[in-house]
Amino acid sequence: MKIIQGSMPGKMREKSSSHFVRQIKKSKYLYLIFFIPLCYYIIFHYWPMYGVIIAFKDYNIVKGILGSPWVGFKHFEKFLADPYFWKLVRNTLLINIYGLFWSFPAPIVLALLLNELPDRGFKRFVQSVSYLPHFISTVVVCGMIVNFLASDGIVNQILMALGRERIQFLMRPEWFRTIYIASGIWQNVGWGSIVYLAALSGIDEELYEAATIDGANRWKQMIHITLPGIKPTISIMLIMNLGRLMNIGYEKIILLYNGSTYETADVISTYVYRRGLLGNDFSYATAVSLFQSVVGLILLYTSNKISNKLSETGLW
Amino acid sequence: MGMSKNRKIKVSTGYKIFNILNYTLLLLLVFVTVYPMYYIFIVSISNGTFVSRGDINFLPRGITFKAYETVFKNSDIWRSYLNTIIYTTVGTAINIVLSSLCAYPLSRKDFYGRSVFTFIVAFTMFMSGGMIPLYLVVLKLKLIDTIWAIVLPPAINTYNMIIMRTFFQGIPVSLQESAFLDGANDLQILWKIILPLSKPIMATMVLFYAVQHWNSFFSALIYLNSKSKYPVQILLRNIVIAGEFADQQTSIGNIETNFAVVATNYKYAVIIITVIPILMVYPFLQKHFAKGVMIGALKG
Repeated sequence: MKIIQGSMPGKMREKSSSHFVRQIKKSKYLYLIFFIPLCYYIIFHYWPMYGVIIAFKDYNIVKGILGSPWVGFKHFEKFLADPYFWKLVRNTLLINIYGLFWSFPAPIVLALLLNELPDRGFKRFVQSVSYLPHFISTVVVCGMIVNFLASDGIVNQILMALGRERIQFLMRPEWFRTIYIASGIWQNVGWGSIVYLAALSGIDEELYEAATIDGANRWKQMIHITLPGIKPTISIMLIMNLGRLMNIGYEKIILLYNGSTYETADVISTYVYRRGLLGNDFSYATAVSLFQSVVGLILLYTSNKISNKLSETGLW
Repeated sequence: MGMSKNRKIKVSTGYKIFNILNYTLLLLLVFVTVYPMYYIFIVSISNGTFVSRGDINFLPRGITFKAYETVFKNSDIWRSYLNTIIYTTVGTAINIVLSSLCAYPLSRKDFYGRSVFTFIVAFTMFMSGGMIPLYLVVLKLKLIDTIWAIVLPPAINTYNMIIMRTFFQGIPVSLQESAFLDGANDLQILWKIILPLSKPIMATMVLFYAVQHWNSFFSALIYLNSKSKYPVQILLRNIVIAGEFADQQTSIGNIETNFAVVATNYKYAVIIITVIPILMVYPFLQKHFAKGVMIGALKG
């Protein structure tokens, strides 16, 4: 640094440093304003990121992060050798893959159906209603699920009326994914359609007019104009979903699962919660969670790359 | 927008059939969305005898507000409701102040170091330390079992903050420049020019953040230990999902087979009183958020 500075003509050095100081001075009130938010990000985001190193340590609350002894990849080796860990990976992936299959197209279909409505008043009505579940709390949604699916709940009453047997839905592992994914669609189909509706409104209307003149019917217009028009949005949303294949919201699962459904319902993040916060095995749980994030990043990177190659759209 | 109006189409039979199908599907969606909540409501005001027989489908039967009376007699519910109101108010106030303080400098093109700071902030959208390291930070700061564990970790939602920044960027720079010439500093500009012009986005943000706090349950689950500090969502979980003390509450005053209140309508009444504030602000939310989401999605 010194050498470079020394070799620079004195005048220029002075000029560049005073420029720097002047810039800082000019922005001094902005720094003052930005100081508190910056502290927030450092304390509640970057400090925990630094705390991730406990995954390579045997963390002990008394010794703290720095004082705890390094153990290298001990925790990683332990869970990679644990057959239960692979069951968690399987459960996480399966819920997400089935979820992708059912939940991903749902908002697209809804947006297309809404787009074809000739009646704008009705369109607005359906939209308003369909966004509502997004704002209902997870606890309420799960409360409804638990009560509707209880042995004396409305679903079983309907089954009984149809002459079928009662099903203990929430006790049966084979029902868990269906319940989780179906309720997820109920919660998010409307909200998810907003992005696609925005993309649809950006399609040039002249394209439709030209197509009508050329004699294309509505179905053909949808295939050749509407779908290509929202294709970039679809691929971006798909990449984001693929990048999230290893992640899953734990709140809903924690509220819905129980010992008898762990077989299909226990996923990486719920396991991290139980092992880490209920079992106080901080280092091990952090290692599991770090593994999950790293695999998630690799997935995101790969799917973005593939999308760039195939369709020239991507997140970056 | 309005494209369907402008499109002249021959009304073919195929199109007619499609239209009928489309309306039917969308009406079905509306039904499936609304019915569960409507059902919860009618059960909560029906007589327990019909509820336990499963006799309620589309209309309440033997209308009674006994379930609500029982709920309101429960002091735990009052306390947790009050806690939630406090967490929501304090939390939202912190959210708004911190998000504006963060968004304003980042919206200024002449903010020296802007791109570095933007990166520092945006990076947290893709990477996080995860549940355990964050818990350890909260523990280290001695925030466990205090309101601060609930309101401080989510003090800025980066996504919302970026929406706010984008809005600030849309305010004409000339307004700020003339204030500068009049001798105002950045703090005064933020306070006297930017904020008054940002009322619509602020309203949206207040609603967004408030709903988030009202519905939040997980941070209370992991950071709070004392029952007296529980927000209503935790109590809701204990009553509605775990079935805690719904039974003992409802056994009071029951005469043989004629139950005015059974566990089910008690639970549903609790659900209704927690959802009502959301339903009340929903029309306002609805008006604002689509715009907000779109600004963020398009320019973020």
